[in-house]
Amino acid sequence: MTYEITITAKDGAAQSYSVELSRSKDGVLRCRVNGEEVKGGFDAQNPEREIISMLVGNQSYEVKRDLSGAELQVIVGEERFTADVRDPRSLKARRAKAGASEGPKKITAPMPGKVVRIISPEGTPVEAGQGVIVIEAMKMQNELKSPKKGVVKKIMAAVGATVNAGDALAVVE
Amino acid sequence: MATFKKILIANRGEIAVRVIRACRELGIDSVAVYSEVDRNALHVRKADEAYAIGPAAARESYLNIDKILAVAKRAKADAIHPGYGFLSENAGFAEACAKAGVKFIGPTAAAMNIMGSKTSARRAMEAAGVPFVPGSSKGLTLDEAAGVAEKVGYPVMLKAAAGGGGKGMRLVQSAKDLRSAYEGASSEAARAFNSDEVYIEKYIQQPRHIEVQVFGDEHGNVVYLGERECSVQRRHQKVIEEAPSAIVDEEMRRRMGETAVRVAKSAGYTNAGTVEFLVDAQKNFYFLEMNTRLQVEHPVTELVTGLDLVHLQIEVAAGKKLPFKQDEVKLRGHAIECRIYAEDPDNSFFPSPGKITRLMSPSGPGIREDSGVYEGWNVPLDYDPMLSKLIAYAPTRRMAIARMLRALDEYFVAGIKTNLPLFRKILRDQDFAEARIDTGYLERLLAADVVTQKSSNEAARVAAIGAALFAMNNGANGGGSNAGANNGVANGKRNGVAEENVAWKSVARREGLRE
Repeated sequence: MTYEITITAKDGAAQSYSVELSRSKDGVLRCRVNGEEVKGGFDAQNPEREIISMLVGNQSYEVKRDLSGAELQVIVGEERFTADVRDPRSLKARRAKAGASEGPKKITAPMPGKVVRIISPEGTPVEAGQGVIVIEAMKMQNELKSPKKGVVKKIMAAVGATVNAGDALAVVE
Repeated sequence: MATFKKILIANRGEIAVRVIRACRELGIDSVAVYSEVDRNALHVRKADEAYAIGPAAARESYLNIDKILAVAKRAKADAIHPGYGFLSENAGFAEACAKAGVKFIGPTAAAMNIMGSKTSARRAMEAAGVPFVPGSSKGLTLDEAAGVAEKVGYPVMLKAAAGGGGKGMRLVQSAKDLRSAYEGASSEAARAFNSDEVYIEKYIQQPRHIEVQVFGDEHGNVVYLGERECSVQRRHQKVIEEAPSAIVDEEMRRRMGETAVRVAKSAGYTNAGTVEFLVDAQKNFYFLEMNTRLQVEHPVTELVTGLDLVHLQIEVAAGKKLPFKQDEVKLRGHAIECRIYAEDPDNSFFPSPGKITRLMSPSGPGIREDSGVYEGWNVPLDYDPMLSKLIAYAPTRRMAIARMLRALDEYFVAGIKTNLPLFRKILRDQDFAEARIDTGYLERLLAADVVTQKSSNEAARVAAIGAALFAMNNGANGGGSNAGANNGVANGKRNGVAEENVAWKSVARREGLRE
């Protein structure tokens, strides 16, 4: 199975990798990165939930995963990366790739909280990065911004409503 | 009274768990109280008994004196530990406990009242010969303020007499700004504290915040247990605390300690308390205020003194004498505490409540964690977002820093954002390593926006392989976790479309360039 993966570091630097994983008949895991076999031997175990123990040669790595945010995060040592994983054969991946910035985009709540203000009501034209809705948690307010230039098509949460992380709050088209 | 049979803990989170542990160790039954959103909180199941006390809003539960005393009566608790925050510095609560015949584990209401108002505290301390930042000891009219400011010299700080937490505070650089600052401070004070009384202090540039732990029994003995340096602060909130302070030597420790004991004695203080000082560049120290409770950062003092302050609090409240004398208090080693908060350092420290989906805590030599959370706990958005306190102890400050960095690497929290990355940044900073810190240090470090260290290619490559392995495992397992993973990935796509295109292009470029 080959995965196309984009890894974005904290400083914003992004790199893409093509990772091919296969298992030989005798059960040995093999890994090729960008077409090249990982040298010196390779082994990976999943001893605990969200933890992978990886040996590259005799170099040992503890790799952790955090699925909770809007983006998949992979932690290696003390470095945290955002990972975008695509299985190129999946229809969804191809669609998403073609999708680019066209079409409606949702604004979702990054954390549980309460809606305190609608900055851009339905029908407002907005630029990318312009504030649309404000939510509050633990007495602090967070302005959620439009992911693209367009028009606010729909506001799905009223002022005062309690929302959960991941709830769709507005659609910009 | 020999000791208590049952103690009610009028608090939640890590400090409730901390006190329950002490009760268990001393063979005392513990009683927890909890609000509607805290039924599944850790302190509820660690206690021997637990009672619901109402809705999430603190004033209807953890701040409700009547409800808490009703539980104490029903459970037949003979003492109440208030923890910190909530009712811990409420003299009215201490008084209500006394009336209800339940021992309040802390100072008397009278001592709390003296320390509660900054101006009355100042009058009492001046009588005891305690050094103060030059300024006024009472509320001032605008004209009086101008006179005092002239005498001590600008810049000066205007402060609300009844205040705290930065409200009703104004920095005044020169005489021409005094009037508007005075009006602003007094109206803000009136709104926040129902008192427009404002006083003046000389502004100390880049001060350190160093505090002394004191302890008094009910037989007139008061001792000091060394100092804690809490200069690493963000918006007047402590972030890292350590004991001892790198700039305090034996002689200064003795002078500060003896001053702190005088402060405590002048108020007839009993039980645990902390005397806060501002320290200027010449190591002059000035009384700031006294906190009449057990502090969040008490573990660093426990580690360097070898004492258990909660045990001591309970024993002293039960009428026992302090079991040691001042000259038996010896400091050994160095301890550092990090306050782990559910907040996002990449998004202006916005609180990040929610479910902790994965939690791996550090352990091993010299590491202590006082935590109030667990994997699967849903951090409510109704209270202070502190999750836990991580404390490292080692023979030297340098080794304590190294040990803390090691522990931070072992610490893994998923599901919510935490300020763990902030601690790495501070503990690696050269100024922190050399203890060049003051109360403005952290804001400067954050403003400097140090370029995050370049991530290594090797780690990124390992992350890519790891991401593929996780994806493959999900495919093999199927089921619920699979759906979660797909969600994560799909979301990533939705939000990261722009980068994705760039990334694809960069792959193409690299492919083209490959030899």
